[in-house]
Amino acid sequence: MTETAEKIRDHFDLFHQPEYSEMMDNKREKFENYVGEAEVARVSDWTKTKEYQDKNFAREALVINPAKACQPLGAVFAAVGFEKTLPFVHGSQGCVAYYRSHFTRHFKEPTSCVSSSMTEDAAVFGGLNNMIDGLANAYSLYKPKMIAVSTTCMAEVIGDDLNAFIKNAKEKGSVPTDFDVTYAHTPAFVGSHITGYDNVMKGVVEHFWDGKSGTAPKLERQPNESINFLGGFDGYTVGNLREIKRIFDSFGIDYTIFGDNSDVWDTPADGEFRMYDGGTTLEEAANAIHAKATISMQEFCTEKTLATIADHGQEVVAFNHPVGITGTDRFLQAISRITGKQIPEALTKERGRLVDAIADSAAHIHGKKFAIYGDPDLCYGLAEFILELGGEPTHILATNGNKTWEAKVQALLDSSPFGKGCKVYAGKDLWHLRSLLFTEPVDFMIGNTYGKYLERDTGTPLIRIGFPIFDRHHHHRAPVWGYQGSLNVLVKILDKIFDEMDKATNVAGKTDLSFDIIR
Amino acid sequence: MSTAVAESPADIKERNKALIAEVLEAYPDKSAKRRAKHLNTYEAEKAECSVKSNIKSIPGVMTIRGCAYAGSKGVVWGPIKDMVHISHGPVGCGQYSWGSRRNYYKGVTGIDSFGTMQFTSDFQEKDIVFGGDKKLGKIIDEIQELFPLSKGISVQSECPIGLIGDDIEAVSKAKSKQYDGKPIIPVRCEGFRGVSQSLGHHIANDVIRDWVFDKAAEKTAGFQSTPYDVAIIGDYNIGGDAWASRILLEEMGLRVIAQWSGDGTIAELENTPKAKLNILHCYRSMNYITRHMEEKFGIPWVEYNFFGPSKIEASLREIASKFDDKIKEGAERVIAKYKPRMEAVIAKYRPRLEGKKVMLYVGGLRPRHVIGAYEDLGMEVVGTGYEFGHNDDYQRTTHYVKDGTLIYDDVTGYEFEKFVEKVQPDLVGSGVKEKYIFQKMGVPFRQMHSWDYSGPYHGYDGFGIFARDMDIAINAPVWKLTKAPWS
Repeated sequence: MTETAEKIRDHFDLFHQPEYSEMMDNKREKFENYVGEAEVARVSDWTKTKEYQDKNFAREALVINPAKACQPLGAVFAAVGFEKTLPFVHGSQGCVAYYRSHFTRHFKEPTSCVSSSMTEDAAVFGGLNNMIDGLANAYSLYKPKMIAVSTTCMAEVIGDDLNAFIKNAKEKGSVPTDFDVTYAHTPAFVGSHITGYDNVMKGVVEHFWDGKSGTAPKLERQPNESINFLGGFDGYTVGNLREIKRIFDSFGIDYTIFGDNSDVWDTPADGEFRMYDGGTTLEEAANAIHAKATISMQEFCTEKTLATIADHGQEVVAFNHPVGITGTDRFLQAISRITGKQIPEALTKERGRLVDAIADSAAHIHGKKFAIYGDPDLCYGLAEFILELGGEPTHILATNGNKTWEAKVQALLDSSPFGKGCKVYAGKDLWHLRSLLFTEPVDFMIGNTYGKYLERDTGTPLIRIGFPIFDRHHHHRAPVWGYQGSLNVLVKILDKIFDEMDKATNVAGKTDLSFDIIR
Repeated sequence: MSTAVAESPADIKERNKALIAEVLEAYPDKSAKRRAKHLNTYEAEKAECSVKSNIKSIPGVMTIRGCAYAGSKGVVWGPIKDMVHISHGPVGCGQYSWGSRRNYYKGVTGIDSFGTMQFTSDFQEKDIVFGGDKKLGKIIDEIQELFPLSKGISVQSECPIGLIGDDIEAVSKAKSKQYDGKPIIPVRCEGFRGVSQSLGHHIANDVIRDWVFDKAAEKTAGFQSTPYDVAIIGDYNIGGDAWASRILLEEMGLRVIAQWSGDGTIAELENTPKAKLNILHCYRSMNYITRHMEEKFGIPWVEYNFFGPSKIEASLREIASKFDDKIKEGAERVIAKYKPRMEAVIAKYRPRLEGKKVMLYVGGLRPRHVIGAYEDLGMEVVGTGYEFGHNDDYQRTTHYVKDGTLIYDDVTGYEFEKFVEKVQPDLVGSGVKEKYIFQKMGVPFRQMHSWDYSGPYHGYDGFGIFARDMDIAINAPVWKLTKAPWS
C-alpha cells in the first residue's frame, strides 16, 4: 500500500515506493528515448573535469544559473521603503507578478505593487493611456501617499517618457497635481537589481530635493547634524535596519533611514492586513537634504544615488556590506567622526564579546576554504569576515560584479595572508562556480538558496547567506550587520561546520571515533 | 473562522450583490464599469456564470495575472525535462521563474535533464540596439558543447524580442540544420502578448504543432502502438501529480505513452500522435493541441478530473468507456481497490472539516476541478474565479458550483481582500502572492498552484495528502492566537 489514512505519504516518500520506482523506470525505458545510465555517468564525470571547466569558462553568450536579478526588482525593493508608497511598474504586467512572488517567497510576507498592464496596443502606440488609467486606479483603490514609478524592459524598448507621461496623467486628473509621484527608468537589460535600487533611490532624492519635476521650488540645503543611511538591496533588511536603528539610537544621534522597508516586510498577524506599514516619511525624505552626511552600507548599490547626494553638498561615505570586527569598526568610526560623538561604551563591549566569540571558535574555521557568491558588496563583507576568522575565501563570485569591484576585492585578498591563492570572479555565474567546486574544491560555500543545487552536485555544504533564501524561514529577521549581526553570521558558519563534523562521524562502530559530545 | 450562520441562497445572493456594488464604488467610474462585467453570483440552472473573461486587465489595480512567457516557459515548455529552455532576453524572467513551479521530474540535472536550471541570454543594452540573433546562435552552440545529452532547445521570447525585430525562427532553423535536425524551437511568447498567461499556453501549443509534430513523423515511424495507448495532456506534475495519475491509468490496463508536460520529454511529445486517446486534465492550457490532434490525426480526447474520489471514480469510468471491457473492468478494479482507503481518509478528516467554507482563486482548471475534492470532505466552495479563464471555462464551472457562489474573474487585490473580509470563509486557496495577506487577516490559506510545497494532490494517493493539508491549514492552533488577550 502506498498510502493509508493513518500514514499519509506525500512526495517525500511516496515516489520512492517500489510501485512508483518501477513505473518511472518503465516510462524512461520505453518512452523517453533515454541514453542509459552509463552514458549519463560518463557525461556527468566529464563535467567535473578541467577540460569541461575550460569550455565552460570559454562561454561568451550563454548565462546559466546567474546570481543576479533584473533592475525592476530592486526598484520595487527601494520603493516600498517609503511611507504608504505604492510601487507602480510601467510595462508588461507579468513582471510585477514575478517581483511580488519573488519577494514573498523570500520574506514570507505580502509585497504590494501594481503594473500599468501594457499589451500589444501599448507596444505600438506607447503606454500613455496605461499610465493615465493606471495612476487613477491605483490612487483610488490603494490610497497611497506616494506612487513610485519604475519600468520594465518593454516600456524601455519602446521608449516611454515617464516624466512626460506622469505630467500628462496629472493634467488629466489621475492623481492630484501636488501628489508625489517619483519615477526612475529601470531597464532590465542594464545592470541588475542593485542598479534598480540605485535608480529609484536617486529618483526619490531628486524628486524631493530638486523641486518635484518642476512643480515645486527646489529645496535649499540648510545643513544640520543629522545623518542619512542607505541600506542598499538587502535580503536581511528587516533585521538589519532594526539593528542599525539600535546602533544609531545608542549613539544618540539624529538620523534618517532612507528607504526603511523593515516594517512593511514584517507585519503582524493580528487580524488586519497592513498593505503599508512604517517606512521613511515623505517629510523625512525631503528633510534628508539637510543632513550632514549620507552613509551607504553598499557602495555598488548606491553609486548614482550617492553621487546625486554629494552634488547637493553632503559628505557621502560608502561601505561594502560590512560584516565582522574590522568592517563594523570602520562603520562605527565613520559615524563617530561625522557626528563628533564617541562610540558608546555599550557597543565597545559588544565588540569585545564578538572578539571573544571569535577567539572561542576560530580554531574550527582557521584554514577552511570557502566559496562566496552573491551581490558585490555582500561578497566583499563576507570575504573580509572570513579572512578575519582565519578562513580562506577561495572563490568569490558576483554575477553582477564589475571590474572595479573585482579590483577592490583583490586588494582585500592581497591585504591578508589568508587571501593568498584566493580568486575573484566578476560577471560569472553559478555554472562557472560548479566547475570551480569540482576542480578547486572548498570546504564550504556561502550564498543564497540556489546554491543547494551546487551542494547536491558537488557535495560542498552550503551556508545560506544572501538573497533570495526561499527554503529556510525567517533568516531575514535577524541582522547580519553590526557586531551583533556578525555574531549571527559566525554562528551560522559554525553551526554548519559542526553539523558537517557530526555527519561525517555518526556511523556507529565505523566513523564514530570522533563523534564527540564536546566540540 | 466563519461566523456566518446558515443563510438562504436568496440572502447570499443579496449579500453578494451588495458586496460587488461596494467594491465597485472604490474605482473611478470608467474602471468600475469595466470591472462590473467580471463579478457576479452564480444562479442555479444557468449555463454560464455571467461574467466576462479573457479581457485585458485594467492598469494599476494589482491583477494577480502573469504573462505569455509565464504561460509558455513556466507552464507548457519548462517541464519538458530533456530540453534546454532559453529565457531569451533580460535576466529577470528566467530568474523569477527558476525552480519555483515544482514540476517534478526524474533525471540528472545538468546532464540529461535541465528542468531546475535557468538558461538566459541575459540581454544587455547592445543586444537591444544591435539585435540578439547572433548571440542566440552562439548560445545554441554553447549549449550543444556543454550539454551534449540535451535532446532539444526551445527559445522562450521575453518582451524585447518581438519589439526589436529579431528573427529567432531563422536562427532556430539554421542551427537545427547545423545540428542534424535537433529540435530547436522558437517560441514567440513575449510577455506583452495577450492579456495573461493564457495566450502563452496557446502559442506554446501552436509551436508544438508547427515545430515538433511536423518534423516528428519520420522519427516515430518505428513506434509500436497498442490499442490501449493514451497520453496524459495538461498535467504539469506539480509535486508529482502526473505520476499519481499515471499509476492509476496503468493499473486499469492503459499504456501511457506521453506526459504533457510534467516529467515529459521531447520523445513523448513526438510520439503523441500515435495515441488512441488523449486524456486532458488542464483544458485551459492544452485544449488547443488536443483539438489539433483530433482534427489532424483523428485522436479523440476526453476531459477528466483526478481531484477527490468522487471525481476520480467518474473520470476513470469515463476514460474506460472509450475502451473495451478489459479496461472497463480494470477501472472498476482500481475503484474498488482504493475505495476502502478513500473511505478511511474521509472518515478521518471529514469530521474535522465538515461545513467549512472555501474561497478559491486560481488558474487553469483548479477553480472548478478541486471543488469535488472539497465536497468529498464535506466542505463548501462559496466563491471561485479564474486568473486567466475563458468563457468555456466558466461554462464548465457551472457543473461544479452551487447556487449563490460568488464568481470573480481576474480579481484585483482590492476586490479579493474585500470579498474575503465580508464572506469570512474558513479557508482561502490561491497563490503565494495572496497567501500571507489572508493569513495576516487570520484566515487559513493553502497555495493551490504549488500545493504549498506539498503534493501530489491528483489521484487516489493525492487525495489523502489534500485532506491532510486542508486540515493542517484550517485546524492549526495558531488561528486561535491572533488576538492578544488584552486587545
